[in-house]
Amino acid sequence: MARNKEFYRDRATLGWNLLFPLFILFGMAIVFSEGRQAVFEVAVIGEAPTSRFFELPHVRFTPAGDDLDAALLRVRQHRVDLLVDPGQRRYWLNSTSPQGLLVEQLLLAPGVEPSVQGRGPDPGWRRAEVEGRQIRYIDWLVPGLLSMNLMFSALFGVGFVIVRYRKNGVLRRLKATPLSAAEFLSAQVASRMVLIVATTIVVYVGSDWILDFVMVGSHALLLLILVLGALCLIALGLLLAARTASEELASGMLNIATFPMIGLSGVWFSIDSAPRWVHWVAQLLPLTHVNTAARAVMTDGAGLVAIAPQLGALAAMSLVFLGIGAALFRWE
Amino acid sequence: MAPAQPILSVDQLVKVYPGTPPVRAVDGVSLEIAEGICFGLLGPNGAGKTTTVEVIEGVHEPTSGEVRYRGEALGRRFRDEAGIQFQATALQDYLKVREVLELFGSFYPRTAPIDELVELCALGEFLDRDHRKLSGGQKQRLLLAVALVNDPAILFLDEPTTGLDPQARRNFWHLVRTVQARGKTIVLTTHYMEEAYELCDEIAIMDHGRIIARGEPKSLLREQFEGAVISLPPEAIEGVDLPRRLAGETSRRDGRAMIQADDVPATLAELIELGVPLDELEVKSRTLEDLFLELTGEQLRG
Repeated sequence: MARNKEFYRDRATLGWNLLFPLFILFGMAIVFSEGRQAVFEVAVIGEAPTSRFFELPHVRFTPAGDDLDAALLRVRQHRVDLLVDPGQRRYWLNSTSPQGLLVEQLLLAPGVEPSVQGRGPDPGWRRAEVEGRQIRYIDWLVPGLLSMNLMFSALFGVGFVIVRYRKNGVLRRLKATPLSAAEFLSAQVASRMVLIVATTIVVYVGSDWILDFVMVGSHALLLLILVLGALCLIALGLLLAARTASEELASGMLNIATFPMIGLSGVWFSIDSAPRWVHWVAQLLPLTHVNTAARAVMTDGAGLVAIAPQLGALAAMSLVFLGIGAALFRWE
Repeated sequence: MAPAQPILSVDQLVKVYPGTPPVRAVDGVSLEIAEGICFGLLGPNGAGKTTTVEVIEGVHEPTSGEVRYRGEALGRRFRDEAGIQFQATALQDYLKVREVLELFGSFYPRTAPIDELVELCALGEFLDRDHRKLSGGQKQRLLLAVALVNDPAILFLDEPTTGLDPQARRNFWHLVRTVQARGKTIVLTTHYMEEAYELCDEIAIMDHGRIIARGEPKSLLREQFEGAVISLPPEAIEGVDLPRRLAGETSRRDGRAMIQADDVPATLAELIELGVPLDELEVKSRTLEDLFLELTGEQLRG
């Protein structure tokens, strides 16, 4: 009861806690609101012709882009059900995907896609199957879950603890010792880093044992992504905890920081089909880069060069967060 | 002024907390503390004691004025050589008593041996217990040990015995005397008169951010008070036309009329002459508590 009163008196916090659920709804609405929810997704090479197949209401047609390999990778990983090239009358499907087989039947159904007038008999669609190991949703989800765990551990483990220490006077006690702020903050980063790396490795090994997820890339690279990602998120935690002594406000700020990353950094679902501006926002979130890089290494076997942009973004964000966080930091 | 350089000197210290209206928590405090003494800062809650020592400790920036340690502005040397026990200190969670001492020891270039601290502060029996499970007296002894971890030259204790039972308080006093016997300077704030009287070589009484009296506890009492206080029920002097001198010495508190009497027999004779009924009369010798009331008109422990 007293706790509730304290909660309501802290108006800044109340604001956050009201906004937070709204923000969830808003975010979900954006990601899922592109017209009707499509049942199937088909990537199209070139212009989609006007014909009945390409106007089916429950199929979402997205441009495949110029890179055929990238488009095929999406088929291989079940991120699209079918890749169609109407100009060449070709299509690719993943034979392990029931969705793909269903869309194939729609494409080939008599009367759905009649022969083009004036060109004689329909030459028919040429079928191609994509090979390679199927990427299950769980394979895609594992890096997201590991990174989300990392995020919570970094933000709440560092941010919350510092705010509590500021509130109950631990920081004030430390201020009266020769310990400098830089030493204190570095110690926080280092101890949390060790904890995160250790727990992530344990969870990684454990889930591999249970789920046998796809991992085709280099473990060293994955570790590098883990360390940089943890550094970046710990630094964000330090930044958010640099000033406030209110645990309620800190909790609101940490939630505000974590929620967009849960929704928009591709933890649970891909944002490939979200509007362009959502992609821009996602680029500002550290977790997006962790997820992108980790998935590239785990499912596509990407090398250092391929994930350099993500690593660079994480390093740059870490420096910015650490710099501002250290400058703003107060013991009290 | 003492011939030797004071270990700590405070000059015209002012600390204003912003707000509407701004609070002048410390309003021009000047002090000199000689090496090796126990100095007591005394005052009611809210007098500015804690703010004063926290500015001296370097925890808060002063609004104006300065603090010098061995003639130098506060810096690395002071932080290395000062031991501090805050009024309310939380320690890092999940640490055992021994780990707390090791952690704080790691912050200082020079440390006292942990075994010695453990023995001095009698921490032996709960060395491996989580510090959050200690009793009030045990916790206070741990915090003292933390304050002593760097073998400080000057030790700050901010209301160290508030909330302790009388037994634990006496134990703590004994501990403080032992520490002082090792040549350390002690700066103590308290609102217990008895504590100041027992421990301090010199005291300063603070009220509303200012020092209103200072000196040795015994000589302060001697200077301020000859004689005693005569206390009467207020009805006794109602309607009595007190001579001006007596009226000036009379005040009311705790539902009693109090007359400061330098010469008790003469004052009593005067009262009898005036026909004041003396049925419920009490005569008390005066304590620091009375001194404080005399100086501030406030109860020390409100």
